[in-house]
Amino acid sequence: MSQMPQLSACPSCEEPLESGDRFCGACGYDLSGGLPASSDDTLMLNVDAAAGAARPADPGPVPGSGSAAVPSAGSVGVPSAGSGSVGVPSAGSSSSAVSSAGSAATVHLTLGAPGAAAGGAPLQAPPGAVGAVPPQPSGSPVSPASGVRFDRPPEPEEYPLQAPDPRVAADAQAATEEQKMCVACRAGRVDGDGYCENCGHAQPRERDHMEQEAGPVAAVSDRGLRHHRNEDAFSVGNSVLPDGTPAAVAIVCDGVSSATRPDDASLAASRAAGETLLAALPRGTHPQIAMHEAIVAASHAVNALAEEPATAREHAPHQNAPACTIVGAVVTPGLLVVGWVGDSRVYWVPVDRSAPPARLTEDDSWAAQMVAAGLMNEAEAYADERAHAITGWLGADAYELEPHTASFKPDRPGVVVVCTDGLWNYAETAEEMAEAVPPDAAVRPLHGARVLVGHALDGGGHDNVTVALLPFPPPSQGAGSA
Amino acid sequence: MANFSKSNVPAFSMDVYQNEYLPEGGREVNAIVTVSATGGGTVGSAVAAPHLFTPGQGPSAAVAIMVDCSGSMDYPPTKMRNARDATAAAIDTLRDGVHFAVIGGTHVAKEVYPGGGRLAVADAASRAQAKDALRRLSAGGGTAIGTWLRLAERLLSPADVAIRHGIVLTDGRNEHEAPEDLKATLEACAGKFTCDARGVGTDWEVKEVTGIASALLGTADIVADPQGLAADFTQMMETAMGKEVADVALRVWTPVGTTIKFVKQVAPTVEELTERRTEAGPRAGDYPTGSWGDESRDYHLCVEVPAAGVGQEMLAARVSLVIPQSDGGVQNLGAQGLVRAVWTDDMTASTSINPQVAHYTGQAELAQAIQQGLDLRKAGDFDGATAKLGRAVQLASASGNADTAKLLAKVVDVVDAATGTVRLKAKVAEADEMTLETRSTKTVRVKK
Repeated sequence: MSQMPQLSACPSCEEPLESGDRFCGACGYDLSGGLPASSDDTLMLNVDAAAGAARPADPGPVPGSGSAAVPSAGSVGVPSAGSGSVGVPSAGSSSSAVSSAGSAATVHLTLGAPGAAAGGAPLQAPPGAVGAVPPQPSGSPVSPASGVRFDRPPEPEEYPLQAPDPRVAADAQAATEEQKMCVACRAGRVDGDGYCENCGHAQPRERDHMEQEAGPVAAVSDRGLRHHRNEDAFSVGNSVLPDGTPAAVAIVCDGVSSATRPDDASLAASRAAGETLLAALPRGTHPQIAMHEAIVAASHAVNALAEEPATAREHAPHQNAPACTIVGAVVTPGLLVVGWVGDSRVYWVPVDRSAPPARLTEDDSWAAQMVAAGLMNEAEAYADERAHAITGWLGADAYELEPHTASFKPDRPGVVVVCTDGLWNYAETAEEMAEAVPPDAAVRPLHGARVLVGHALDGGGHDNVTVALLPFPPPSQGAGSA
Repeated sequence: MANFSKSNVPAFSMDVYQNEYLPEGGREVNAIVTVSATGGGTVGSAVAAPHLFTPGQGPSAAVAIMVDCSGSMDYPPTKMRNARDATAAAIDTLRDGVHFAVIGGTHVAKEVYPGGGRLAVADAASRAQAKDALRRLSAGGGTAIGTWLRLAERLLSPADVAIRHGIVLTDGRNEHEAPEDLKATLEACAGKFTCDARGVGTDWEVKEVTGIASALLGTADIVADPQGLAADFTQMMETAMGKEVADVALRVWTPVGTTIKFVKQVAPTVEELTERRTEAGPRAGDYPTGSWGDESRDYHLCVEVPAAGVGQEMLAARVSLVIPQSDGGVQNLGAQGLVRAVWTDDMTASTSINPQVAHYTGQAELAQAIQQGLDLRKAGDFDGATAKLGRAVQLASASGNADTAKLLAKVVDVVDAATGTVRLKAKVAEADEMTLETRSTKTVRVKK
């Protein structure tokens, strides 16, 4: 998404465009190749990563052994629980920002199998976090990912890890050339505002369905069946660490519907976070620090939206500051880092399905807090109508930004599922999620993401659904899959 | 007809206030469209927009002042004297260069100044001559307002000007003309010029005066005390001099399958426009709004759309401002508003009522309740009148329409405004009742 150009004139008739135009006012040309760029992300607030209190153990710890060690910067010793244990968080009180963030993330779970090589080893500084920044394959920190695609039939997944050709955008343009006619009544032309000149129906928007592949990572986002627009957004990319090993990144954001311009919020947040990560990782920044910084950058980007005048369509007497959730994951050959604010989640699904899957994030939600505080059991909490009210989000009206980050050292290959509640509402537990993830998701992540979106739509598609899949370990560039 | 260059048109802007969310199966879309014109030179310079006209200048305009000279104007004689003074004050307010005429009205219309079927051009000399001519005005004869308007139309139409405006002053009922004749005249004059109407004293018919103003897109008011005429005429003429663009129409486009349930002006006064639609191409219609200076008005648009499934979105109406040209073309004034419909299963979203829509729905009901209450009171149905006027008191109080609340309090004793509990006053001054009826359509804007 980050490489989509902002068009200044219609590619078809050269008519000057205004930002926000979805169709050319003169010739009706579909401009969906270029989303309006969000404002520059200015870092204005000094948000401190609050050290959250350690949370109680994840309900229903996964049996197994090995450990997921939660790190803190500078590798303050994480109690190694050894095999058969649930990972114990570092109460890291070291002075660095990440350690406090790390301490806020106290996800307890196990990723490995008994006797796993990684078992019990506390996470150390990321491998190869030293050294010069290697040249970027694309010459920019932005991933050489493909353009956004539209509803194309599933391609034969050739899946060589090579960067898809950006010129595929031409395909999309050619495909949308014929969309000047209304898709609802097939009789009217589409006007400059994206509505049919005959029946008035809104035309499909670029964000209604988005797919993107970036190296080994893929993401799919869909409007769902019950919402009129897609307020989710994502950003995926890949990069190379200073030691030459690959890293893959995915960020998924879910706009808060009750706020103003949730779609703008999620787009700005996912872009800012993705760009921050892809800029920081090649410099050797510890992925967990980078994740923390990315969430802070995303929050600044969303906060900045509150200062912009609302678009003409959406002025309302009672404005809520734009807001969204964020969840992200970074995979490197030895490390899996997650970060989040809100109720979007990350799941771990091992390739070997005999090993247990796990949920790696802890929702900032009313229900999760009730359970964490011991006031209700999970069944009671999730039955409450307030269950899904979120208690943490990005936005100018957030009480306090509490970016949670955690890092894991999986001992076996698997796939990381980064998703919004539009998906996990239909696969809540790790086991259900693992069942929904196709067996070949690690090697065909785009296909896997499509399947998961399909799972949510089959379930009713009550919300926007967005999912990104990252294989672990990330295949090295140009090599075969892991 | 209108001969002004594009640059003279003030800048129009449009805002749409609505709750676009409908429940599954929901069909009715309501929106308040606020239209503001800025850039006017003479009125309300609070807006820091670049002024198109320097003070003392303005678009070319022609004005006809129609003064009632029927026999009743001499009872009391101060009425005729005050009408003369008021007309003189209005003439003094004319900008140099404005075309004008004074018409004396009885059962026939007579040119008082300049005469000969012409218009005078305002300057120091013509203003003095006109005021001189006013001395010849004397009372005697009947009242046939339609003839006055027809003469005004004959005088104003040939003028090569941007703004054509009339002012009617009457003190009595339109007795010497069939109501159908007045109606036909109003239809003939509509769109030719705009006209304000004033009733002086208390012997005139409210519905006649408001009907003239409504048909000719002007204002109506009562001047119960003839002494207030000069100030009112001056203010009216100042407003007329502030107009910069005439014949503006609200163009509403709706998609196939939709029905426009109503289009109403709701601020500054309630004015029903639904029946005044002129077709303007496929699925579009124009609603007249008259001439504009530096001002802002609100319109309530209600559209019925075909039901659609949850998650669907459509454009229910596209509203724009145009000036239809004599050659069939239009000049588009640029401002545009979109009224949308989005179906959702979020009950909170679909059941909330937009505060602007709620407010103006209440203001329209307020105007209706006053009119119905006063009609019932005249008809002797005191229970019905009490109920309607009680409701009006409640609405006026809740919406902060203090002016209307004050007028109501002169007609009913308010026991409890919040619940609308009132008693009809045993004795009501005729002027108070007529004032309430004339001003019942005045609305206030939403408290921000």
